[in-house]
This record gives sequence, structure tokens and C-alpha cells, in this order.
Amino acid sequence: MGKEIVEVPITGKITSVNVKSGDQVQEGDVICILESMKMENPILAPVDGVVGEVSVSTGQVVKPGETIVVIDI
Amino acid sequence: MFGLFETGFASFYWGNGVMLAIGAIFLYLGIVKKMEPLLLVPIGFGVILINLPLGGLMDSIVQGNIVEAYAIGGEPAGLLSRIFRYGLVWELIPALIFLGLGAMTDFSPVIANPKTLILGAGAQFGVYFAFFVALFFGSTFSGINIGLGEAASIGIIGGADGPTTIYLTNRLAPQFIGATAVAAYTYMAMVPIIQPPIIKALTSKRERAIYMKPQLRPVSRLEKILFPVIGAIIIILLVPKSAPLIGMFMLGNILKESGVTDRLANTAANAFIDILTILLGVSVGAFMSARSFLQPESLLVFGLGIAAFAVSTFFGVILAKFMNLFLKEKINPMIGAAGVSAVPMSARVVQRMGQQANPRNFLLMHAMGPNVAGVIGTATAAGIFLGILG
Repeated sequence: MGKEIVEVPITGKITSVNVKSGDQVQEGDVICILESMKMENPILAPVDGVVGEVSVSTGQVVKPGETIVVIDI
Repeated sequence: MFGLFETGFASFYWGNGVMLAIGAIFLYLGIVKKMEPLLLVPIGFGVILINLPLGGLMDSIVQGNIVEAYAIGGEPAGLLSRIFRYGLVWELIPALIFLGLGAMTDFSPVIANPKTLILGAGAQFGVYFAFFVALFFGSTFSGINIGLGEAASIGIIGGADGPTTIYLTNRLAPQFIGATAVAAYTYMAMVPIIQPPIIKALTSKRERAIYMKPQLRPVSRLEKILFPVIGAIIIILLVPKSAPLIGMFMLGNILKESGVTDRLANTAANAFIDILTILLGVSVGAFMSARSFLQPESLLVFGLGIAAFAVSTFFGVILAKFMNLFLKEKINPMIGAAGVSAVPMSARVVQRMGQQANPRNFLLMHAMGPNVAGVIGTATAAGIFLGILG
């Protein structure tokens, strides 16, 4: 079983986390909302799979390259 | 005695009714649909105010007589005609709005990836396209009164930059200022509707899915400080007539980036630009009285304005595709569409469509490059028109 790591693309603040560990996700599902440059940007699941570890929480300020979630595929 | 003839009812005609409805539509779009509310609400209310006869808001004095309309050669005598004259005709408001916009703009995506400057320039093609089409209409149909200045004012709508459109129209075709300003701001608000079908028609799903690493290289403070200084020097030397807009834009940006003028940058990016936006909105709305707005030329402004906008988007995408022929690391051609200067709406459209095509994509920063370059591009295009026609 492989793993897909979803990383923070740009600096911003997590305004909502839409998945929890154990959730089944499909490609294109919203994982969380990242507020950056005064815009709400959804972060999408790049693959179908099961959410493993969720490394961010609502209100957290995040930087590029940090892990958001790991998806088991 | 206070009778019917002292009230506004006796002077009210169907044209005023049409304009009241248009004002109400602007309010609806701004308040309910949240389309550019900061502009459409003051513009919409201005349209309503000016179409209530005898209010005197746009009165002018011409050869000692009061005229109930803005007169270009006259002396302003009403509240809004004075704001219009000393704010817009004297070119203070659009240029000072650029100061605020500069203080809100982050040039990092352009500095990190200077190729995007080319895309910001490419998306100005629509401006020139609409200019020539408007000239064609003006010279072909005798009933349509469009010359070089009017054509340039219509073309600049393609740049999707409100203050620049107002600035140029005021200089070259002041009678069109209501129509061009409203067209520019309406189309900016409609970016999410206008651009996606054009982008889709020009790109395959595979092209839209082209992945670009989300992070750009870090940009140093020194680079951010040098960019507005060197940018202003080069652009103004090349296109001197762009000095008021580019000069204020870059001044606002250095206030933000210098790190020692935060108070000034904060004021410019907040209270200052808000005050100017109120004055701009209400006085543009006040230029939309029934007698000056309900003319065939206004319809042409709206029709060619959207064509200019569509062609700008078209050339932005085509140029990005052309650049890909020579680039080792391909760019997602959609970022070319963000070369119109509707910041940040265009970049947001590209970001959303990029994610739809490939959930791994996060094109926002890549699209912001052409987007802010487009602001420079449109202001420069206005400078070129002024240099030739002004």
C-alpha cells in the first residue's frame, strides 16, 4: 500500500479541516481550506484513498512544504 | 407656492426611470450577488441620485447660466460635479488609487518568475484589437460618433483595469466616462463567467492539467525594494505618459516593501484607497444621467468592451502556449489568461480551473505573476495611447 503526502503549497492559515483520520476520500475531495492572499483556497485530495494522519488543525498558520495529510492508497 | 412644478416629478421622463432601474440593478449585483460591491454600490447609488431631476448634484455654470448637467467647458456648481471636476478631470483620484493599489501589491511572483511579465504584456492585445474595431465602426457608420480618442477609451477596457480606464477616458473621450468605467468594472466582476469558456476552448484538458511546482523561489527584501524603483525608471523612460499611474503605483509599492513606512503603506492600502473609491464610485455613477448615457455609443462601449476583454484573454493563453514551444519546463497555459489586470479575480479563476484539471495543481502564485504584470501592462498601454493621441 502506497502513501501520498499532501503538502502546504503556499504560506497561509488553515480555516477549516474537512477530513479526519480514517475517512475515505476520492480524488478532488476538499481536504481543508487554506486562507492565503485574502482568498480561501481549497486543498484537494490528489488521489483516492484513506486519510491516515492529519497534521493540521483549524487556525494553524502553515508554511510551504509542511504536511497537511497523508493518504493511504 | 410649492406645487408640482417645484418638485422633480414634472421634469422626470422615461429615461430617468430606465436609469433608476439600472442603478437598482447595480445595487442588487453589488449587495446580493457580491459583484465588486465596493464599486457597484456607490456607482449604483450615484446613478439613482443623478436621475432625480432638479437635485442639482451635477449642475454646471455655462456663460452665467446654470445647466442641469455636467458641462465639460463650464464651471462645476453641484456637489458631484465638483468632485468629478477636481477629482477625476484633474486626474487626482485614479492616479491616487494606484498609490493604494501599489501598497496592496506583492510583486514577488513577478520577481521570482520574470517570464510572467511577457504574459502581462501579451494580454494587452485585446486593447488594440478593440481600438481598431471601434475605429472601424466609427468610420463605417455615420450615426456612430467614434474617433481615435473614443476608440482608445473603449479598447482600454480590455485591460480590465478600472482606474486606468477612467484615467484614459477622461483625457481622450470624457463624454464616455460613465459607460467605459461601468463596462470595465462590470466585466472585472464577470471575470469568473467570461474567462473560463475562452480558456477551455483554447486548451486541452492535458494542457490545463500541466503541473507547476506551487512554490516559487524566495524573493529577498532587497529585490522587492529595487523592483518598484527600477521598474518606475525603466517604464516611465520608455513610456513617459504612463508616469502618473506607474509612478504612483510604484510609490505605493515601495512604501509597502521598504519596511520603514508601514504606517504610510497601511493608510494607503486601507483608509486612503477607501475614501478615493467612494468618491470615484459616486462620481462615475453621477455621470450616468439618462440624457448622456442612453445613447447608441454606450451600447457600443459595452459590446466592444467585452470583445476587448475576451480577446485579451485569448491572446494571453495563446502567448503562454507559444512560450511553451521554447520552454524546457512547461508552464500551464492558463496562467496567460491572468495577464488581464483583474487582480486577483483572474488568478483565482486560473487557480480553480487548474485544480479541476489536476487536483495536485496550485497555480495561484504562478497566475499572480501575469496578473500584477497585467496592471503594469494596462497602465503602460494607456500611456502609449496618451503619447500618441493625448
